[in-house]
Amino acid sequence: MRLVVDLNRCQGYAQCAFLAPDVFAMHGDESLLYNPEADPAQREDVMRAVAACPVQAILLEITDEDMANMVAPDAVAGAGSPSGGAR
Amino acid sequence: MTSTGTHDGSLEQLKREGRIVVVGASLAGLRAAETMREKGFAGSLTMIGDEPYEPYDRPPLSKQVLLGNAVADHTALPRRRAIDADWRLGVPATGLDMAARRVELGNGDAVEYDRLLIATGVRARPWPNAEEGALKGVFVLRTRDDGEGLQRALAAGPRRVLVIGAGFTGSEIASACRERGLDVTVAERGDAPLVGALGGVIGAVAAEMNRENGVDLRTGVMVTSLEGDPSGRVRAAHFSDGSTVEADVVVVSLGAQRNTEWLSGSGLGAGPRGIACDAGCRAFDVRGIVTDDIYVAGDVARSPHALFGYQFLSLEHWGNAVAQADTAAHNMLSVSADRRPHLWVPAFWSSQFGVNIKSVGVPPMGTEILITQGSLAERRFAAAYGYQGRLIAAVTFDNCRWLPFYEQQIEATAPFPPPFSTVDRRPEGTKPMPADFPDPSVPTHGPTITLSGYSPADRKMTFTPGR
Ligand SMILES: Cc1cc2nc3c(=O)[nH]c(=O)nc-3n(C[C@H](O)[C@H](O)[C@H](O)COP(=O)(O)OP(=O)(O)OC[C@H]3O[C@@H](n4cnc5c(N)ncnc54)[C@H](O)[C@@H]3O)c2cc1C
Ligand code: SF4
Repeated sequence: MRLVVDLNRCQGYAQCAFLAPDVFAMHGDESLLYNPEADPAQREDVMRAVAACPVQAILLEITDEDMANMVAPDAVAGAGSPSGGAR
Repeated sequence: MTSTGTHDGSLEQLKREGRIVVVGASLAGLRAAETMREKGFAGSLTMIGDEPYEPYDRPPLSKQVLLGNAVADHTALPRRRAIDADWRLGVPATGLDMAARRVELGNGDAVEYDRLLIATGVRARPWPNAEEGALKGVFVLRTRDDGEGLQRALAAGPRRVLVIGAGFTGSEIASACRERGLDVTVAERGDAPLVGALGGVIGAVAAEMNRENGVDLRTGVMVTSLEGDPSGRVRAAHFSDGSTVEADVVVVSLGAQRNTEWLSGSGLGAGPRGIACDAGCRAFDVRGIVTDDIYVAGDVARSPHALFGYQFLSLEHWGNAVAQADTAAHNMLSVSADRRPHLWVPAFWSSQFGVNIKSVGVPPMGTEILITQGSLAERRFAAAYGYQGRLIAAVTFDNCRWLPFYEQQIEATAPFPPPFSTVDRRPEGTKPMPADFPDPSVPTHGPTITLSGYSPADRKMTFTPGR
């Protein structure tokens, strides 16, 4: 389970470290350290941390399953294309 | 065809069946690719990267990885979405034919494009003496392999580590060594750590921080040579002041060089200072004419910024790579009226000795500094940089919640010294003092922001005016 924290945005509120302490930890007063490839067993906790981060600094990878369910890019282009013609 | 005209029509065609090539498969390349797909690009997308790995994140390499909290090969970047690309990894791009719209690869292949994004970033500046640099135990830190090798060398418990260069990366490495209980010497040519990026006033604080944490910090000296033992392992370094330091791990942390050599002779405005582009990320050619189909993003780009006098900025900042990639990708798929300028306010973070350091704006442009909150002695403060009566940048040490405020002030071109007063303004924060940056003509070890003039290319040109 891959994740990255935008540390420009992170304000060190430590919500994530509270909700998923195995993945996020404070280092000093306000520096955040995290494991960029967290154990899948932590998924629930990490999702909670993602939702709780007040500045939405945590980007969690969408899973293969999520990706498979996503609309194919050509379908998106076709739908948005005013030029019609070829589908 | 609807009333949108031919230009738009060709754009629709590009989106439907065009060929987009991205050279440099790292942070900027990946984020741009994701944005292109999000904007409905359905054509072929080729990602060319000389490293054998899929895009990964570099900042943890000098932090979590060296501390042993994360593994170097576990820093692959999360994906915002599937990008359905043709990945050419482990193969460098070696040439660009602008007329034929073709990128040549190291394995003899060539890939044609309708739009090209260049995001080849920078690489670590190597130790100038190649033979000494090849000694076992000598490292640089830029790639995943570097991170893994260095972490292993630190885990083996060297008697002393020598870090050459006290920029952000060098300081983070020294900090990780101390946390692991290793003896470490830091050699810096300047008067203090971080002076190139933050100036002498803040540099002095950084120096104190190093020493209090047990770093053997040597400033105002240069390492003149590295010495190996008969087995080819590094064992000592000689300094310009005549001293010698024995170390079995040496990390060369002398800043970065831009990956533009592969473009030499292509006609693109690419040189040692980066690839010049307009505010919308479109690359200039060597004549200063903007190209139609070549875009740049990330560490390798050099673009003019309206907030900073339209000077060309080269930023080695994670957030810039993300933001510029997004803008470049948007513009690559937009007609000119819909294009956006890249007006991201430079921002950077670092973490060393347990202290969170963040900056916004362009500190090296500042001539004066004012401690606006907290105090230097407590190492918990915010400081503002001034340039010609304007607030141009700010830095915080363990005070990051204030940074968005300063960012707004910079964007609003607020005056300096700032008229606002804060509850905790200390005596040291009432009068601006010189920010004390080293002479810009003397290169420092990793300023992470380079300001340069207007010339789109760094090569010499003969100017023959017409009549
Ligand atoms: C150790 C370390 C710590 C950092 N810490 C921070 C931090 O705390 N905060 C912060 O803001 N920033 C930090 N950074 C900077 C940040 O990582 C960069 O700004 C970011 O990686 C830039 O992304 P990029 O995609 O532009 O370039 P890069 O990440 O440099 O990627 C460019 C890619 O292109 C490849 N390439 C080069 N030439 C070719 C070619 N001819 N053909 C094919 N591929 C090529 C390269 O090998 C590389 O994979 C750190 C960097 C390092 C190395
Ligand atoms: S919850 Fe968000 S802001 Fe707080 S420490 Fe975690 S990432 Fe940073």
